[in-house]
Amino acid sequence: MTETDNIIFDTASRIFEDLSTPEVVNAAEEGEWPQALWQAIEESGLTLTWIPEANGGVGASMLDGFAVIKAAGGAALPIPLAETLMAGWLLAKGGLEVGTEPMTVAILDPETSGLSWDGTALSGTALSVPHARNAKRLVTVVDTGNKSQVLEFALTQSENTQLSISSHVNLAGEPWDTVTFDKAVPTRFADLEDGTDASSAEALGALVRCVQSAGAMSAALELTIQYSMERVQFGRPIAKFQALQHSVAAFAGQVAAINAAADSAAEAVAFGDVIDHAAWIEVATAKTRLEEAVNTGAAVAHQVHGAMGFTYEHRLHHLTRRLWSWRDEYGSDAVWSIRLGEEVLQWGAEGLWPSITAVSDPR
Amino acid sequence: MSVTRFRFPYVEMPEVASQLRGEVREFLAEERANGGFVPMADCWASGMSAEFSRKLGQRGWLGMTWDKQYGGHGRTFLERYVVTEEMLAAGAPVMAHWIADRQSGPQIIKNAQPHVRDHIIPRIVAGECFCAIGMSEPNTGSDLASVATKAEKVDGGWKVNGTKLWSTGAHGGDYMITLLRTSPVDTNARHEGLSQFIIDLKSPGVNVRGIADIGGQVHFNETQFEDVFVPDDYVLGEVGGGWKMVVGELALERSGPERFLSSFIVFQEAMKVLVNNPTDKTREVLGQVVAKIKTLRRMSLGIAGLLQEGASPEMEAALVKDMSTNFERELLEKIRSVLPQHALVSLDSLTANLLREGILRVPSSTLRGGTNEVLKGMIARQLGMR
Ligand SMILES: Cc1cc2nc3c(=O)[nH]c(=O)nc-3n(C[C@H](O)[C@H](O)[C@H](O)COP(=O)(O)OP(=O)(O)OC[C@H]3O[C@@H](n4cnc5c(N)ncnc54)[C@H](O)[C@@H]3O)c2cc1C
Repeated sequence: MTETDNIIFDTASRIFEDLSTPEVVNAAEEGEWPQALWQAIEESGLTLTWIPEANGGVGASMLDGFAVIKAAGGAALPIPLAETLMAGWLLAKGGLEVGTEPMTVAILDPETSGLSWDGTALSGTALSVPHARNAKRLVTVVDTGNKSQVLEFALTQSENTQLSISSHVNLAGEPWDTVTFDKAVPTRFADLEDGTDASSAEALGALVRCVQSAGAMSAALELTIQYSMERVQFGRPIAKFQALQHSVAAFAGQVAAINAAADSAAEAVAFGDVIDHAAWIEVATAKTRLEEAVNTGAAVAHQVHGAMGFTYEHRLHHLTRRLWSWRDEYGSDAVWSIRLGEEVLQWGAEGLWPSITAVSDPR
Repeated sequence: MSVTRFRFPYVEMPEVASQLRGEVREFLAEERANGGFVPMADCWASGMSAEFSRKLGQRGWLGMTWDKQYGGHGRTFLERYVVTEEMLAAGAPVMAHWIADRQSGPQIIKNAQPHVRDHIIPRIVAGECFCAIGMSEPNTGSDLASVATKAEKVDGGWKVNGTKLWSTGAHGGDYMITLLRTSPVDTNARHEGLSQFIIDLKSPGVNVRGIADIGGQVHFNETQFEDVFVPDDYVLGEVGGGWKMVVGELALERSGPERFLSSFIVFQEAMKVLVNNPTDKTREVLGQVVAKIKTLRRMSLGIAGLLQEGASPEMEAALVKDMSTNFERELLEKIRSVLPQHALVSLDSLTANLLREGILRVPSSTLRGGTNEVLKGMIARQLGMR
């Protein structure tokens, strides 16, 4: 990302580090909503990073938002900041006003989603909806015939009785709830612009997980290097053992790679503020690339930390458990590699190389 | 904490580089169509054609980034990147000039005597003068500071004795940039007392003997020096300053797209087979390898961007070379696994030949230019662990 992004990243990281302490993250896993953290972030304006001024936002660039999301990943932020950004982006693509309260998204694989929308009400079940029990609004996208629409639902019981939430958690202990819609009527809905549809919403979700993971991988690498220089065995820091040096070097490579892949996809989306075909290819690349990065990174991080890193008390699991969840969300490697592979088949032998170099052509 | 310790900035090709890409593609398509070359795997280390190199020289595609006052073309690193990656992707025979264009030329411009520089550089740019690297020896591999081949001071120059090993392309080369011991080893300062020389491979006493690789091909050599006289003005830079020079040279050697594109042509040819009756397994493999190629290219291009800014991204270069060379093996393994079995045996097809060449060349990619173990050691040092 560019220099400006680093400043945003650093600023966001500082706020997160102060307020998203290991105790706060643990308490959130116990079910305690970190109100102080949310409020500080809401007041800082970070929740509106992706909203144009016309829709009530702050008019920052999309890349600024991705820098915030990367920092949030590195801090294992236990609140739906990324989801609020996504929900806001989708609402704004429908020309709707966006507020600052916590929001979530129910974005499903359009091929297999069981949701049905009859033009006035939504029915069906959405799994793994982040923080549904904590968020005030839920945003989803439906494709209907020749157009796509963004729907917004109120999540407070008093406002909406045709919608129920049951509690579930992901591997990181975050509230990933099941939301059942029973002819639920949205509070607002609108036609989506710029070709945004259920598939591009899913790609945005996949990209957000890659960017969060890039931040979490970088943070886990730093913890690992630091620990290897502090922990002494056989009379010297374990960092001096070549076997560990080589594992950590391989980890560093994976950190560099997932950051490069996530940045490339974020830049492609940010360029036109839209997920067009070129941007979709970058997202598919990053999400396909994520799995190996996470598998190697989390394994090395734990190996170097020894038994200490296997305890609940140590904060390493705040990062690794999230990484293990995120690699599967919005489509695992198996899903995205097959999609990207189908695209590559379309390129054919002749189109292979020109399609690979297209990303660096003048835009 | 910064975003990461590593920088791989976004690089957008300037309009001029994009236009250049079109010209290079057109040239390559023409050459391939009229039999100017048959694509080969690992072409930068196994495809020697002096004629092809001369054609590139005539087009202005050698010595591209070198200053015009020395005979170069004064173009950007990104333009050079475009030419090199297009050559590699096409499997073009670029070996003859590769080392001279990548590392010997820049070394000569920076460190040679002006009249030596002016004698050599314009010929490299024309594609008429080729170089080899003389670092490794029978008892010197990863531990480069242990070189034992000696240069002794004599009247007006130096007398060289010893053996260099694995010198790629020395059999077709004009000069070898050679790392020699110019004073005895000081065990407390092993990196001192080493100097770099430009040795004319046609000098009396030089004996180049080809060594066949596991595929039976001769691309590298044993180069013996028996009382070879090298004039004083063919020392590169300061006597005793060889180590620093070599380290800088290795950074250039490590950072280019040849580290992940050596087998790309194999993949491209295999695509002609893979598009027929693909399974989901094929799609998965294609998705995975393309995701890796795109990511490595992003990183490699980022390094070209940093070089253009005048930075020396040694850490990034080591990271990318380590990952890229592992990827080259993985690429061939994965592609092979989804090809029909006979693809490897039917000798007459281009795909089979490329795949065989690729598989037989790939063990070298994690060795040459510094082994992956050595690279990981460098990375660990940069991370503060050593
Ligand atoms: C195709 C090809 C072309 C080449 N071209 C050239 C050329 O043009 N000019 C030139 O000078 N050289 C050339 N080389 C030589 C190349 O640079 C060496 O092969 C390389 O530096 C490794 O040295 P070695 O082969 O002697 O292996 P060694 O150094 O003996 O290493 C053998 C194994 O031990 C490992 N090892 C060694 N030291 C350590 C350590 N400290 N820690 C952990 N592991 C270690 C290595 O990583 C490797 O796996 C070429 C090699 C190949 C294969």
